[in-house]
Amino acid sequence: MAAVRAGGPGVTDKTVISAKDLSLTFQTNDGPVHALKDVNLDVAKGDFVSFIGPSGCGKTTFLRCMADLEHPTGGTITVNGVSPEEARKARAYGYVFQAAGLYPWRTIGGNIRLPLEIMGYGKTDQDQRVKQVLELVDLAGFEKKFPWQLSGGMQQRASIARALAFDADILLMDEPFGALDEIVRDHLNEQLLKLWDTTHKTICFVTHSIPEAVYLSTRIVVMSPRPGRITDVIESPLPRERPLEIRDTPEFIEIAHRVRDGLRAGHSYDE
Amino acid sequence: MNRILPILTVVGAIFVIWYAAAIWLNAPWAYNKAERAGTTLTATELVADTWSQEKPKLPAPHQVGAEIWKTTGEMVLKGRGFSKRSLFYHSWVTFSATALGFLLGTGLGIALAIGIVYNRTMDMSVMPWVIASQTIPILAIAPMIIVVLNAVGISGLLPKAMISMYLSFFPVVVGMVKGLRSPSPMQLDQMRTWNATPAQTFWRLRLPSSMPYLFTSLKIGMAASLVGAIVGELPTGAVAGLGARLLAGSYYGQTIQIWSALIMAATLAAVLVGLIGLAQRITLKRMGMA
Repeated sequence: MAAVRAGGPGVTDKTVISAKDLSLTFQTNDGPVHALKDVNLDVAKGDFVSFIGPSGCGKTTFLRCMADLEHPTGGTITVNGVSPEEARKARAYGYVFQAAGLYPWRTIGGNIRLPLEIMGYGKTDQDQRVKQVLELVDLAGFEKKFPWQLSGGMQQRASIARALAFDADILLMDEPFGALDEIVRDHLNEQLLKLWDTTHKTICFVTHSIPEAVYLSTRIVVMSPRPGRITDVIESPLPRERPLEIRDTPEFIEIAHRVRDGLRAGHSYDE
Repeated sequence: MNRILPILTVVGAIFVIWYAAAIWLNAPWAYNKAERAGTTLTATELVADTWSQEKPKLPAPHQVGAEIWKTTGEMVLKGRGFSKRSLFYHSWVTFSATALGFLLGTGLGIALAIGIVYNRTMDMSVMPWVIASQTIPILAIAPMIIVVLNAVGISGLLPKAMISMYLSFFPVVVGMVKGLRSPSPMQLDQMRTWNATPAQTFWRLRLPSSMPYLFTSLKIGMAASLVGAIVGELPTGAVAGLGARLLAGSYYGQTIQIWSALIMAATLAAVLVGLIGLAQRITLKRMGMA
């Protein structure tokens, strides 16, 4: 199932997130900081888009604009065809932060139930969804455990389950595996791909790891700082089905190369 | 078990210093008596006298212990554990004012903290007044509160509880403002992504997050409440309560009575703060925050 993509500026009904000339300037004591400047991007339904770039390139800010956690100072952005605020109020997306942020006083099940309680899902519906997403992230049987009884990787999986528990078609992930070690990260990447394949969600994924971006994405958005902007958008030719070994293929290495070149180009005159 | 030895060492040291100080402070009176009687004192007689005077400057620990036993255990054995001469009765009077003042103070403190955290105007305006309120000497304002409340027909327990409240709400406000603000920006953003209402954010995130701060504040607040209740008893005409015992004792130079009331107050404080500590341990353990 190949995703149909919006060609050029035309927005089709398959476009989930659309940013046009998006800018965000923070006023600081040292003068204005251009976190984002004239960013244009369309994300199609079912895409897995990674945002990669050095710190300060605005990748997290861009994600936060989509989530209505940050307010752009110029340009427009729509999520599901409406403003980010309306999308947030309609609970259109699940957001996974860098830290799992599970409440220590709630069990894993209770943590996943938290957004469901807030959104007013019925008790039996809650139970069913908790069970379902725990299976999805391979944590079945851990419902009654407390966060401190789980490893860091398992906690992050639980936080992904929490973002999946309600019916949001979009998953926004801000360096969710940044604090985990390489081996755990590999495992979670593999699981995330499987999850993306089964749930057909649209995923926007912020990272600063080139292999992670190339391995996961259908599109890789390379960004650079001062001002934060998009320098390259790479369409991945890799198939949907991706075993970990794919990272040793020439195609994979070629894309990784292009990403690295893009990052270097955006950086060369700064430092 | 390995905590008992250090504790006993400290207690032992206190007793040694206490007995020595009793000899030193009570000796002039012992010499005075001996001089008037035309006798001289041997060292043993001196020590025996300084540890058994009727109105010593500093009563020896066993005198205080005997007085406490006489006014507590012995009266219980006689079936008059709650008579007006019993320290249990006076402790109860003080405790009831302390407890009521503590509850009122905790309620007021939490309410003010919620206002400060959620309302920008209150955030800017209330805190300086809260701090100013604590710079007024409680001994000066306590009689005023009693007199004013008496004038509007409120007397008995409530005025004393108000003074307790006046002292105990302060640590609760300060602690709870910090506690309610303790959730990280990430946790608050997370609530926002779920489009949670302010009430949901309060009950599910801010309030549970503030629990460690609350219990710490409650311990300080409880001790302050007891001080408030005792101070509140001083100008009430010394009818009942540990404060009244202290006052009566100082009127008649009954140092033994003063010290036994002081020790009873300290014991009461230790028990109350200990109970909060226990509640803290159980709650935080159950919440996985210990």
